[in-house]
Amino acid sequence: MSCSAGIVGCRRGPSLRFLLPKGSVAGIKRLLVSAEVIPRICIVGSGPAGFYTAQHLLKHHKQAQVDIFEKLPIPFGLVRFGVAPDHPEVKNVINAFTQTARSDRCIYSGNVTVGKDVTIKELQKAYHAVVLSYGAEDSRRLGIPGEDLAGVYSARAFVGWYNGLPENRDLKPDLSSETAVVLGHGNVALDVARILLSPLEILRKSDITEDSLTALARSKVKRVCLIGRRGPLQVAFTIKELREMINLPNARPFLNPADFKGLGDAIKDVPRPRKRLTELMVKTALEDPGEAMASRWASVSREWSLKFLRSPLEVLPMADGRQARAIRLAVTRLEGTGEAAKAVPTGEVEEMLCGLVLSSIGYKSLPIDPAVPFDAKQGVIPNDLGRVLGATGLYCSGWVKRGPTGVIITTMNDSFDTAQSVLEDLQSGALDVSGAKGGFDLVRSILQSRGICPVSFSDWEKIDAAEVARGKLSGKPREKITDPREMLELIGR
Amino acid sequence: MAAPGLLRAAASSCRRILLAAPAGAGRPNAGPRRLLHVSPRPSSEDKVTVHFVNRDGDKLTAQGKVGDSLLDVVVDNNLDIDGFGACEGTLACSTCHLIFEDQMYEKLDAITDEEMDMLDLAYGLTDRSRLGCQIFLKKNMNQMTVRVPEAVADARQSLDMSKNP
Ligand SMILES: Cc1cc2nc3c(=O)[nH]c(=O)nc-3n(C[C@H](O)[C@H](O)[C@H](O)COP(=O)(O)OP(=O)(O)OC[C@H]3O[C@@H](n4cnc5c(N)ncnc54)[C@H](O)[C@@H]3O)c2cc1C
Ligand SMILES: NC(=O)c1ccc[n+]([C@@H]2O[C@H](COP(=O)([O-])OP(=O)(O)OC[C@H]3O[C@@H](n4cnc5c(N)ncnc54)[C@H](OP(=O)(O)O)[C@@H]3O)[C@@H](O)[C@H]2O)c1
Ligand code: FES
Repeated sequence: MSCSAGIVGCRRGPSLRFLLPKGSVAGIKRLLVSAEVIPRICIVGSGPAGFYTAQHLLKHHKQAQVDIFEKLPIPFGLVRFGVAPDHPEVKNVINAFTQTARSDRCIYSGNVTVGKDVTIKELQKAYHAVVLSYGAEDSRRLGIPGEDLAGVYSARAFVGWYNGLPENRDLKPDLSSETAVVLGHGNVALDVARILLSPLEILRKSDITEDSLTALARSKVKRVCLIGRRGPLQVAFTIKELREMINLPNARPFLNPADFKGLGDAIKDVPRPRKRLTELMVKTALEDPGEAMASRWASVSREWSLKFLRSPLEVLPMADGRQARAIRLAVTRLEGTGEAAKAVPTGEVEEMLCGLVLSSIGYKSLPIDPAVPFDAKQGVIPNDLGRVLGATGLYCSGWVKRGPTGVIITTMNDSFDTAQSVLEDLQSGALDVSGAKGGFDLVRSILQSRGICPVSFSDWEKIDAAEVARGKLSGKPREKITDPREMLELIGR
Repeated sequence: MAAPGLLRAAASSCRRILLAAPAGAGRPNAGPRRLLHVSPRPSSEDKVTVHFVNRDGDKLTAQGKVGDSLLDVVVDNNLDIDGFGACEGTLACSTCHLIFEDQMYEKLDAITDEEMDMLDLAYGLTDRSRLGCQIFLKKNMNQMTVRVPEAVADARQSLDMSKNP
């Protein structure tokens, strides 16, 4: 029997409790207390996947110790470094994560890069189970000539820059071009476009970094064109974010009526979310916006547009050969219909002048350690309901399990699923917890021997307080510290 | 433009306790605290009883005051619904998705575009779905039953090892 608490505490299904004669549950419990081994589980990554997995495990297992290791000195992954600064409500999840981190059965350690500072094998020596929730640290490449010219950025780097991600703090994007092209029709593309077009007075009240504000104040960008390789029925962004774009106070939408005529029939039978999303685009493109909106749109100098059925072929340089000047696009047509439709080039090619290109075609996960199987083609850890294939004791959740799509609620559900698999394996004995494990103490001594000092959750709370205090001075919810050295100094390292 | 519900929700979120925290999480006196209601104790007439059918079929019954949102009811009564109310009532998450009975659904206040937009991202969307943080208790809701939709991607029974007999 591998997990005492699990069996005795099982609530649903034909619980053992009901199968045993009265009194024997207590008997088993007493018997097991002496030999009781605490299941020790560690989680790699402190984004929504890491925290929701931890939350579920702590909540549904009374004894389990769940520790979290995070590469950055600070927690919360994309909630801090992805979610747009003008969407503070989304970040409320941090409150629930904070509760989890403060549990006396959870030790959070930042500043520990798993795979480098400590290996997966070492973690497996210290823990009965290791859950990989390390997200997607890279971006998908376009794989076209000119992708590395000056003026071409991945949306990931741009987002990291305005959100204060240490590795992107010195990006200094060149915003001197009047036209910006955003490649991709996902929500990240809309985030990036919105940040480029939003009035400064809105951004100034957000937790966007001061450097980004200064750069955006000098930005020359007037037009943002979002380019998708497929059609209006295949956009990946969602309606709330589209509506926000349409309602931007100082930019007008330009949706080409020709792209939207005749879509009415195609959406009759599609599920409601796609239907409403399409209807909003159709309405914006084809209907009279009403007097108030029309006069606002007439008075603003900034504009955004959606361009469809164009696939990027090449970014063309200026005469200097270094700086982006234009983008060459293949005109495409759709093969098939609906979500599965494929874009195929028609042979026609177009060019569009632009000095700023933001490639927002998705994030990408990377392998973390040779001990963990990785499907390089799909960019995920191969798994069955979160159980890493062919690696007992290893689990995964979040973007590294599913691929880099899905909002926080999607990540939450899939993390609960993974936690569920761990609980099942504890109960069935598939996960062997018969031997005691060294847990955090063992990892700490390994880290110590390598000169790595973890940043604890209470350390983070000091950094947090300092950021909030700095933000107060300028009327922001916080001023993010972007230099890891400064963070470490703050906590006396 | 913010919906009225959104404004209201945002205003009340400062007094929201942390949701969906693991059992036993949190040190005493640590973290944001829910402020005490300063209003006089409501009379029993202002109380509305609501039954929640949880994901596992368990029935949870709780009371709230007229004007409370269903999210308030879940939080105030510490109802154990996994992941409920992640954005704390600010129309930014859809984890407060609830399914209503036909007759009650008809009687609810009209839905705003903003609620509908967020609802479109909810799991297990039905034509009687609403977001709990946008539904405010009225007297005629007394004894209503709302259902928490199944969220887990696969239909496994969820295991709970937290409750020792
Ligand atoms: C720009 C952007 C904006 C978004 N906005 C929203 C939004 O408004 N609303 C919404 O619902 N969803 C939004 N999402 C989606 C949401 O962020 C994701 O669903 C979610 O963050 C995925 O969670 P995750 O934990 O798998 O990954 P992440 O959040 O990326 O977390 C992974 C964590 O693992 C850490 N890590 C990486 N490598 C290691 C290592 N070797 N050792 C230790 N730790 C490591 C990382 O530093 C990171 O903290 C957005 C996504 C992006 C990209
Ligand atoms: N506010 C929010 O809720 C919010 C904000 C940001 C992000 N998120 C979520 O985070 C997730 C990631 O967002 P994302 O925008 O990075 O990814 P995404 O939603 O997958 O969108 C990626 C876009 O890039 C396009 N694309 C991919 N490869 C391409 C290529 N080679 N050439 C041209 N176009 C290509 C895709 O088009 P095809 O469809 O043709 O492949 C799609 O339009 C999403 O689930 C998103 O909803 C949510
Ligand atoms: S609590 Fe997030 S939308 Fe209702």
